[in-house]
Amino acid sequence: MKTQRISARRAVVLGIGGAVSAVLLAACGGGSSGGDSAPSLDPNADLSKQSIVVSNWDAYMDPDAALKFTDTTKANMTVANHATNEEIVGKLTAGGDPGIDVAFVSGQYAQALNDAGLLEPIDPNLVPNLANLYPESKNLAFDPGNKFSVPYAWGTTGICYREDLVASPPTSWNDLLNPAPEYEKKTLMLSTQPWLNLPAAKALGFSANTTNDGELEQIKQQLLKTKPTLLGFDDVTFYERLASGEVVMAVAWDGWCNYSGDPNVKFVVPSEGADLWADTMVVLKSSKNKEAAMAYINFMIGDEMQGWMTNNILYKSPNKAVAEKAAAELGADYPNIAMTPADLAKGEGLIDLGEASKIYQQIATEVQAS
Amino acid sequence: MRALATVPAMTYLVVLMVIPLGLVIAYAFLTAGRFGGVQGPVTLDNVTRMLEPLYREVLASSVFNAGAATLIAFAIGFPAALAITRLPSHWQTAALIAVVLPFWTNFLIRTYAWIILLNREGLLNDGLALAGLGPIDFLYTRQAVILGLTYAYIPLMVLPIYASLQRLDPQLLEAAQNLGAGAWRRFRTILLPLTLPGIITGCLFVFIPSLGNFVIPELLGGGNSQMIGNLIRDQFLKSRDWPFGSALSLMVLALLIIIVMFQASAARRTRRWGA
Repeated sequence: MKTQRISARRAVVLGIGGAVSAVLLAACGGGSSGGDSAPSLDPNADLSKQSIVVSNWDAYMDPDAALKFTDTTKANMTVANHATNEEIVGKLTAGGDPGIDVAFVSGQYAQALNDAGLLEPIDPNLVPNLANLYPESKNLAFDPGNKFSVPYAWGTTGICYREDLVASPPTSWNDLLNPAPEYEKKTLMLSTQPWLNLPAAKALGFSANTTNDGELEQIKQQLLKTKPTLLGFDDVTFYERLASGEVVMAVAWDGWCNYSGDPNVKFVVPSEGADLWADTMVVLKSSKNKEAAMAYINFMIGDEMQGWMTNNILYKSPNKAVAEKAAAELGADYPNIAMTPADLAKGEGLIDLGEASKIYQQIATEVQAS
Repeated sequence: MRALATVPAMTYLVVLMVIPLGLVIAYAFLTAGRFGGVQGPVTLDNVTRMLEPLYREVLASSVFNAGAATLIAFAIGFPAALAITRLPSHWQTAALIAVVLPFWTNFLIRTYAWIILLNREGLLNDGLALAGLGPIDFLYTRQAVILGLTYAYIPLMVLPIYASLQRLDPQLLEAAQNLGAGAWRRFRTILLPLTLPGIITGCLFVFIPSLGNFVIPELLGGGNSQMIGNLIRDQFLKSRDWPFGSALSLMVLALLIIIVMFQASAARRTRRWGA
């Protein structure tokens, strides 16, 4: 899962933009979004007359992806960047035409965008490479059957730890939530939801997607108890702090442990289980070049682009041939790459929590402020 | 014609102050939207939530950190400014440039440097280890946050104090000395009252940005010692709760208005002394 800090200036721009576009939206009555019967896409469309704008996390795809895409399909393509799911979803839900054809978002956000009626159904005829994906990756909880999203990368969450600095490798979320005294002030957790809640939810035997008030209260109490034992919350530099040795255990998305460059940093999925997340690509209903957008998604799940992703980002590919090749080549150095779809599918698929996500955010605020 | 001349200034004020402030006030009484933004109904929930003990403690702790940073900056900055005024004039320029020089380096990099100095595997602990001491956890403590704030804003304390010391007639101090006043007495009855406007300005310049700072507590406090700035930032960028973030901002604004009013009345009093 890629999350980066959004700049304060961007937030201000978004804020004012949001207010202005809310007014505009009210005035226009959302003219272009009416009509749910999507016109069927033309498989023979002349892509050389089409151009698309793709919004992705910075450095999350091959820097030459746009050139290669144009070489392959003749369609033009421009890249825009977003720093967080929140940022791109804010842009797409602000109303009006965001000027974006394809967006990269995490699965649960794709679900929310679809619920808001903003996404074009995926046309499987225009995305033939879907046949090359693992069946498990086409049946994720937020979008079984890839009706509106296609996975770009998938993975799980666990504990990165320093093998040489812990007496025995952690096996349970409780090893981090209620640490032995010698590890106090040497552990980190992620501060973004739902991954802040995840360790406590799983340790207590609850769903990663729980919306039950009593369970959420227990999760919060556990986190409040854990907090004084933490060195802090860190979503961005935790792997550096593992490498420097000031931290011995950190909650982490699987690929990130690899960035420490330290062979003593290992990754484990605790025995209570974890989540199954996916970063996906979606096509906006407002796109005027949907054939090119579908062709782009098809291109990005093809062997070349998936090979770049798994070799450079060190996330697992949903493309079967690419993932198996990577597991053979990289699995020894980066054990998360060797995880099979069956391993991954043990994780609980994250879904959009609707209104309950506000309670998650309040827990995050209260735990961090305490 | 004269009315016309005020148009640019008025436009500036309305566009950059009145409207944004109006939005913040309005947002504070609305409900958070699903993906950020605001929606109805109008509510007082944000204000009542803000007054919960949890958030009052965050504010109190922020005021403490900012206050401590201000006091330390004064304790270091006043003698420094005094020392600079005693230098020959070309050295004064050099000394002032040295004070401002760190400001020309990126704020984030300067703060990050403290991590390298203070962390458990850092230079300071390496030095202690050579002496057979430590390691001591300097980083990720409240003290580290206060140190970072002091370091970041101390030039803003030195410069206004230097400016008011420069305006001070040195003959006053000489006269006092000739009449037998000791160093402490000269400081208390001449230096302090006559440079008070500069001191108060310096204190405000350090206190205000310290109170709202969220980068330093995050880097040096390790995210484990939140200040009010972090809380507000997170409401907008993580929690998507703009109304609560707006309410918290208003609380900080109210606090600062009270402090500035104190400053204004203190400044009025010193003018009366001066006359």
